[in-house]
This record gives sequence, C-alpha cells and structure tokens, in this order.
Amino acid sequence: MDWTTLSIAGLREQLRGGAVSARQVAEEQLARIEERDNRIRAYLAVSPKRALAQADTIDRRVQAKQPLPPLAGVPMAVKDVIVTRGVAGTAGSRILENYRPPYDATAVARLEQAGAVILGKTNCDEFAMGSSTENSAYFPTRNPHDPERVPGGSSGGSAAAVADGLAVASLGSDTGGSIRQPASFCGVVGLMGSYGRVSRYGLIAFASSLDHIGPFARTVRDAAAVLQVIAGRDPLDSTSADVPVPDYLAELDRPVEGLRVGVPQEYFGAGLDSEVRAQVEKGIERFRELGCEVREVSLPHTDYAIACYYLIATAEASSNLARYDGVRYAFRAPETTALEEMYRRTRRAGFGAEVKRRIMLGTYALSAGYYEAYYLKAQKVRTLIYQDFVRAFQDVDAIVSPTSPTPAFKLGEKTEDPLQMYLADIYTVTGSLAGVPGISVPCGKTRAGLPVGLQLFARHFDEARLLQLAHAFEEAAGFTL
Amino acid sequence: MKITRKDVEQVAALAHLELTGEERERMQRQLDAILTYMDKLNELDTTNVAPMAQVLARTESGPEAAWREDATRSGLSRTDALANAPDGQEPFFKVPKVIER
Repeated sequence: MDWTTLSIAGLREQLRGGAVSARQVAEEQLARIEERDNRIRAYLAVSPKRALAQADTIDRRVQAKQPLPPLAGVPMAVKDVIVTRGVAGTAGSRILENYRPPYDATAVARLEQAGAVILGKTNCDEFAMGSSTENSAYFPTRNPHDPERVPGGSSGGSAAAVADGLAVASLGSDTGGSIRQPASFCGVVGLMGSYGRVSRYGLIAFASSLDHIGPFARTVRDAAAVLQVIAGRDPLDSTSADVPVPDYLAELDRPVEGLRVGVPQEYFGAGLDSEVRAQVEKGIERFRELGCEVREVSLPHTDYAIACYYLIATAEASSNLARYDGVRYAFRAPETTALEEMYRRTRRAGFGAEVKRRIMLGTYALSAGYYEAYYLKAQKVRTLIYQDFVRAFQDVDAIVSPTSPTPAFKLGEKTEDPLQMYLADIYTVTGSLAGVPGISVPCGKTRAGLPVGLQLFARHFDEARLLQLAHAFEEAAGFTL
Repeated sequence: MKITRKDVEQVAALAHLELTGEERERMQRQLDAILTYMDKLNELDTTNVAPMAQVLARTESGPEAAWREDATRSGLSRTDALANAPDGQEPFFKVPKVIER
C-alpha cells in the first residue's frame, strides 16, 4: 500500500473488493507510525486498541456484505484539543497531562459512526496557541519536507501526519489559521468550514467566537468527504448552525467556468515571500485557464486584522482558560495550604509561556479602564473586517490569496519574538474574524522544495463552492506530495 | 512604556497567575511591544460601528440563537465527573482551605 498517496475513495474500493481488510490497513498504518514517527513526532498518543476494534467492526460489515459507511476503515488522527473518551486529551499542555476525557467530541463520534478508524491524538501548540507547534509542552513536531523546519501550527501534528503517510486524513482546529497554515507548510489540504458549520462539542475551548474543527486530507475530495460527515447542527453545541448540509461530493465535479474569483491586492504587499508570490500568481493563472473570471477586489481593513484578532482571541482565551484551577480535573500543584495559593501555583506550573502571555494580554484587554480601548475597539474593527468580506462577495464567488506569507520557517526562528509569530497569521485571521469558510490547497513548491499553499475563501455556508473551486484547481495544477 | 510593572502584577493577580521576577520583566517588555502594535486600531474611526461579539447572528443563514426545550437530560455520572479530579472524595471535590481564620 502506498501510504503517502492512499485516498479515502481508493481505500473504499480496496476494502469493498476484498483486496485488503480494515484490520490489515489499521495494522499497517499503526506499524508505519511506530516505525517512522520518531522522525517528525506528529503523535502525542496512539490508541491501537480502539483503532483495531473499530477496524474489526468494519470487516464484519464487509464480510456480511452490508453497505459500507462513507469513511469505512479510513485511518484518521485527531488533534489533541479534541476529546476522545478515555484517551489522553492534553491540548498540548502540562495542565491536562493526566486528563482522560469522559466523553467523545461530536466530530469524533460522527467520524466513528461513519466508519473511520481513529489512530490517536496529534501534537499541537498548547491550547492551540501558536503557529509552529513549538509551543507544545511535550515536544515540537517537525515538517516532513524538511525536519529542520516547523510543520506550522497550531494543528502541526495533524498536518504532518497526513503529509507523512501516518494517517489518511485528520482533524484539526482553526481559530486564526491553525488548520490552513500547517496545511500550507506541509503540502496537504486543510479546510475550515463556516463558523457554526461543524459542532465544537468536545473541542477544548480557546477563543469561542473563532474556534472551528475541520479536516486535513491529501485531496480536496477527501476533505469534502470528511466535512460531509462532521458538518451540521448538533444539539450539544448551541453555536452549531441550523443550516442544511449539501452533498459536497456531488457538487465537487461541477464546472467552474464563469465563476468569479477575487484577488485582494492587500494580500500581495510587503512581507510576502517572492517565491510564494510567484507560485500563487501562477495558481491564479490556473483559475483563468479554467474559465473563471479573475477580478481584483479590496479588503481594505486587512492591515488591522492581526491587532483585532489577537485582542479578541486572547480576551476570550483568558476567560475560557479560567477553568483550569486545579479543582475539578487534571493537574493541581502539590502541597498548597490555601485556595488562592493553589490556583496561582497550579496555573504557574501548568501553563507554558505563550499561554501565560495570552492570558495576561486578554485579561488586560478586558480589565476595567482598558476594556473600551482594546476589547470593544477590536470588536468594532471586527465588524469592519466582516463588512469587507460581505462587500467583496457581492462581486465575486471566492477570494484567492496565499495561505501564509512564507513557506515553513526553521524551528526556533520566531520563538523569541511573539509579535513576529503573530504577524505570520496575516492572511488567515481575516477569514476567521469574518466567519467565512476557507481552505488551503497545495500550490507548488519553492526552489528548496518547501510546499506553498493557496487559500480560498467563499461566502458564509458556501463550502460547496469553495470545495468545487479548490478541487478544480487541484485537478488542473496536478500537484502531489 | 504603555504597561508598568504594577500593571503586570495587577493583571497577573486578576488572572491567578504567579510570575517570577524575571517572568514579570519579560512579560512587561513583550506586552508593551504587542500593545503598542495594537494601537494601530486607533487609526480607524469606529464611532458609528456596532461591535461584533460573534458572527452567526449576522449571517442570513445562521440562526439568531439556538433554543431548546427546558427538559432534564442525563449528564455525567458522579463517578465519571470525579474521575479526573486531583482530589476527588465522593461526593465532593476537595480543595485547600478557603478562609483563613
């Protein structure tokens, strides 16, 4: 089996035809992780028992000639901020080191109902706060294309696993780019649905008005197949939208001729790496060749998005992370004699530097005397950024840009300067603030062999159009890992 | 400096974070640089702009709010809920002394 090119559709064919069993697939995949993952370290925990039990269930269905569910036997990895019952759920943090979640996230439950084989939990920046996976409290994950470089973040483990053939697809979470940017750095497809498209029940919260769960896959078709399963209203998440889920796979092959694709000039200015620019410009040319109408659009408040995003996200994080107080679950600092002292020492020992920085920033932005100047101001600017997108989508069906201004950077390159790390999220945070769906698809490589990602945004809940364009692009460009 | 050492101490206390002297210093320097960058937002006149707390209520297809019947449902069992507690003593979460006397 060719582990780096195997697709969901291909695997289904092989299972149905009896060429392999789900158990063989799972065992081979687990063996490959065992053998290779010490190089890039995508996984924090592997759960072979759960994986093999699920594989056996699929095999019984095959033997009984029952219809196979859409993700039958597909080996998948799950970012460690998404909980799976009884399997470590650390969120990349020491504070949750011994936490065994008592329930499954809705997205995970839906994947398993659809036949997916969950292999284990992948590494990430602590509480999904970071752009390189270097903020994991356990170890950094490395980029399969160059182990000296980061896989991106915060869902670096999930991206690297799919790129290195250590899972056929995976789940990540995206708050300001944490699926799209690592997808771009690792040369895979990363999809963030509209805000509200996928239930977040069981996602360890970072910034609730921005958090999304979404898939990584090696093809747009596979990403669509996973989204199909996890999308839709969930009574357990009051922010999951009650919007019908179309048949994404059926929409995928519709012709894109005549669709209007917007190029925002603000995404091609200073700070964009010249090789990334060249690849993405070539990518835009593909849309012209496909018969799309390529137009210039303007998203005039782009330059304010980083400031806006990092105020809102940290404010929400400071509130969400207040729950880690050493009382109800996970880590508590030992030998304390008073409650307040216990809180402070638990949080001091349990949280890493970036998490503390963000809690401090967010607490400051929400505190008396600063709330209006920072948090409220940022919420108003968010409205302006939202309106930029609504206006642009009156003229175009999708917006195309680079996913990240640079290819994967080296480990340690940005860890000393948090603001530089934040600024690298410039093209992804805008869509997060606006709540529109976004995808990163492979768009060639630099001369040094590092993948470049092309990002597309579409209107709210128009994932079908997003996937259709991304799929057409992928077919036309013909890039492979 | 936009942010003083006292600010850092005060915010750390609000957030229940204990910082060492060195951490406080680094935090002050880094927060100062970040907040100075955030000042960029003041270039924009937002006098008549409504703040946005989250995006769903504004999208045409999104629900205004999600309501459900106020009916009882089963939740986690007491054993499950206490299973991860650092000091769970059925039926309680035990914590250090709350009030000094």
